[in-house]
Amino acid sequence: MKYTVGAVIKEPGSTRRNKTGSWRIFRPVLDHEACVHCGRCYMYCPDGCISLDPEKGYVIDYDYCKGCGICAKVCPVDAIEMVLEED
Amino acid sequence: MGEVHVVNGNYSAAEAVKAVDVDVIAAYPITPQTPVVEYLSEFVANGELDAEFIHVESEHSAISAVVGASATGVRVFTATASQGLALMHEVLFIASGMRLPIVMTVANRALSAPINIWCDHSDTMAQRDTSWIQLYCESNQEIYDTVIQAYRIAENEDVLLPVMVCYDGFTLSHTLEPVEFEPEDEIREFVGEFEPIHCKLDPEEPMTLGPVGGPDSYMEFKKMQHEAMKEALKVIPEVNSEFEKRFGRSYGDGLIEPYNVDDADVVIIAMGSVCGTIKHVIDEHRSDVGLIKVKAFRPFPGDDIRRLIEGKDAVVTIDRAHSYGSMPPLWTDVKAHAPDVEVSSTIAGLGGRDIRVEDILEVIEVAEKGEGTDEPVWINVNV
Amino acid sequence: MPGRIPKRPPLPEEELLAPGHRACAGCGSALCLRLCMKALGPDTVVVMPTGCMEVTTTPYPETAWEVPWIHVAFENAAAVASGVEAALKALDKKDDVTVAVFAGDGGTVDIGFQALSGMLERGHDVVYVCYDNEAYMNTGVQRSGATPMFAVTTTTPAGRRWKGEFRPKKDAPRIAAAHDIPYVATACVSHPQDLVKKVQKAKEIEGPAYVHVLCPCPPGWGYDSSETVEIGELAVDTGMWMLYEIEEGEFRLTYKPRERKPVEEYLKRQKRFSHLTEEEIQRIQRMVDERWEELEKEGSTTD
Repeated sequence: MKYTVGAVIKEPGSTRRNKTGSWRIFRPVLDHEACVHCGRCYMYCPDGCISLDPEKGYVIDYDYCKGCGICAKVCPVDAIEMVLEED
Repeated sequence: MGEVHVVNGNYSAAEAVKAVDVDVIAAYPITPQTPVVEYLSEFVANGELDAEFIHVESEHSAISAVVGASATGVRVFTATASQGLALMHEVLFIASGMRLPIVMTVANRALSAPINIWCDHSDTMAQRDTSWIQLYCESNQEIYDTVIQAYRIAENEDVLLPVMVCYDGFTLSHTLEPVEFEPEDEIREFVGEFEPIHCKLDPEEPMTLGPVGGPDSYMEFKKMQHEAMKEALKVIPEVNSEFEKRFGRSYGDGLIEPYNVDDADVVIIAMGSVCGTIKHVIDEHRSDVGLIKVKAFRPFPGDDIRRLIEGKDAVVTIDRAHSYGSMPPLWTDVKAHAPDVEVSSTIAGLGGRDIRVEDILEVIEVAEKGEGTDEPVWINVNV
Repeated sequence: MPGRIPKRPPLPEEELLAPGHRACAGCGSALCLRLCMKALGPDTVVVMPTGCMEVTTTPYPETAWEVPWIHVAFENAAAVASGVEAALKALDKKDDVTVAVFAGDGGTVDIGFQALSGMLERGHDVVYVCYDNEAYMNTGVQRSGATPMFAVTTTTPAGRRWKGEFRPKKDAPRIAAAHDIPYVATACVSHPQDLVKKVQKAKEIEGPAYVHVLCPCPPGWGYDSSETVEIGELAVDTGMWMLYEIEEGEFRLTYKPRERKPVEEYLKRQKRFSHLTEEEIQRIQRMVDERWEELEKEGSTTD
């Protein structure tokens, strides 16, 4: 580890190195066919790991998704299913 | 050439702060520091000093605000005393841990209880381990000169530690003395423009300051602070001699100021305004006595002190503070660096009790009798 | 595929609070900060006191922050922000940079209250956001001045003598408003667009702005991590939490439930209220009813 004077961190957004996806017990699976692109899942994700892909629509970044399940709950058309992670 | 004014110590401090052109001041009034805040308010109000002045609601917020301002990349100042310094305590560690070059003056005052507004060093001694550089002054001229030098020391790339400039409440803070003020342009040239070195809160280059340091990093940062203190042992004398070259005044090597030590059999080690009284005693009554005035208490120039006291007949410290249940702080530091030298310990002048000529003579007597080496001798006390 | 893919999501895309932070799954406070950053944008200096969001976002040598960020201590975020703002003024940069505080309820209504009051009274141009999860969650759910009546925390357990928290929640937004500052608002993470609008307004207004955001906390309140938004909605729909603004002294509800749901619907979903008797539930209901009646007497309106 590099120790900076005064413990200053000069690498913004560096928690991206910490893949919190490993915390997940249930995986949100988005049915793109059913998605109405309302963006509620995107708005309500506490980890900012849902983004809008111009080709695919909303996509979930499983590197960081902690599997809280908020997106599945707020989806107005039940397009997101929480599926148990298999080892 | 500077101009001589007859001013009190608080004014000296304020004048120096104006001269170095600070950008943000946050301070809260407390006796005997209050006039510093008043003078600076006046300077800002009438446009003599172009600074932001934050009228904080406590000393805790005063130090917190200057931490925020310093981290944003400007030169800052605050001042306090006694209870106010105690209230700042928590944040003092943070200011040094973040390595912010803050300068603060402290008009030394006793701590409650009982409440007492007069001078001793209990307030700053209680902050000994906060990793702030502590410089103590003997005269109002020294206050002016030391505040200016403090910015150079704090802002030095190898140091980057906050500096506390300490001067005795009332004895200096409210007492008039002639002080030579240098032209402001020369002071500004000596101190230089403020340039943030290791951190700056700026959206152009986002940094995170004050993160969580766990067991895997905390200790490294703390050792780095100690190394910076050791660097300060070199930087303080450099700044002192550069200041001397430019303005013709110096205080020993900036760390300690020996007075008549070479010819002395007995050496007194002391800090602050009492050093003036001791010099008078040496001049008028005891030419066989010498003085080591400790100007820098942190970092502590222990080896320099040891070299000066080795082989002397008697050595004695005067502490204006105590570590209850043990030995007082100045004695403890001297002994830590000179374990083989017999050093007597005296405690004097707590809560503003005068330290008179006869008290200094008694201190010398304590040393000559070899008393006070394992228990401090309290001078001029009635219990 | 029903409907075309829109060009942009409903809120700004840039994530200024990066993922990988260690906030709990379903954290309402993390959601709050993420939304606030979307409202404030990259030219923001963030000041945070000690708390959940501080410890989970900045474990050295990593930081989740994409903007300049500083933490000093627990009770002084408002004072630090005052210093940052003053320094930006000294540097002639205040017009280009927003100073924002994100502080928990403990750091705001308890230990940080004095510094907050000082900052508001002095008129610093700072957006102060309190993310309120109604207890000291970072240290394991101890009560704070923002803990609601009868809520169980580890220091207000329900037992033979105690029934959870003794008194109603401190009304911090109204106290902030008493400082005669230009903007005060309440919000809830269940209503993100309302929240973002208010924080944007707080940013635009010159002078101190105070936004108090209710942030449900799955482990602290005792509900499943997926229910953060639902719980927030229930808080608003039962009237337990009101959404309003006080702009230049003018109070205005920004959302009025068409028909307030019984508070029981909110309470029964959370473990912290699971010990309540019917009588206690009715007591909370009466408190909420009285508060709304007062408002109606004042003639407060929504858009």
